[in-house]
Amino acid sequence: MADKVIDARGSFCPGPMMELIRAVKEAKVGETIAVLSTDSGSKRDIPLWVQKAGHELVGVIEHEGYDEIVVRKLR
Amino acid sequence: MAQERLSMVVFSGTLDKLMPVGILASGAVAMGLEVNIFLTFWGLLAFRKGAAQSLPISKEYEAMAEQMKQIMAEKKVPSFLDNLRTAKELGNVKVYACGMTMDLFGLKLEDLEDVVDGVVGVGEFITTAKEGKMTLFI
Repeated sequence: MADKVIDARGSFCPGPMMELIRAVKEAKVGETIAVLSTDSGSKRDIPLWVQKAGHELVGVIEHEGYDEIVVRKLR
Repeated sequence: MAQERLSMVVFSGTLDKLMPVGILASGAVAMGLEVNIFLTFWGLLAFRKGAAQSLPISKEYEAMAEQMKQIMAEKKVPSFLDNLRTAKELGNVKVYACGMTMDLFGLKLEDLEDVVDGVVGVGEFITTAKEGKMTLFI
C-alpha cells in the first residue's frame, strides 16, 4: 500500500502527472505515492517523468477502467 | 550544461489555440525544461484580466465551438490560465508581454492576468529563445 494515494480519475492530461509531481515534491524521500488515472497520456508520461526526475517506478497496475501508477521518491 | 528551454510565441487569442499553450508548458516543466512565453497581439489581448472567460474559437473550427465549450465544461477541463499557474508553481515558467502590443493598445502590466511576469521587447525574447532548442509559434 502506498503512503499516499492521489485520485486523479477524470482529470485530463497533464493533470494526473502535475498532481503527482506536486505530491512527490511534498513527500519525504523513501515514501511511495500512488496516482489513480483514467487519462491515457499519463500512463506513458508518468514513467518518463519518473525516469527524468530520478525516482523509482514501483509499478503500473491496470484496474477496471483506470490505472494505478506507483512511484517511490528517491531524492 | 545549460538548462533546456521551450520558447513559445503566442500570437493567437482563440481558446482552441491557447489550450495547448498551458498543456505544452506543463509537459515541458514536467520533463525538466524551463519555459519562455512571449505574448503578442491577439495572444496578449487574451491575457487581459477577465478576457479568458469569453474567448472565441478559431474561425476554421467554428462549427465545433459550442460542442467544444460544452465538453470542456462537462469534463471540468482546467483553463489555460490554470494550467499555466500549475506549470509556474512546479517549474521555471516565464510569461512576458510584448512591449510593442502593450504600447499599441495602451495596456499596463496591471491590466493583465497575474500569470504574466513582465513586459519585454522582441529582442530580449529572441535572445532568450536562441539559447533553447525548441521555439513554437502559436
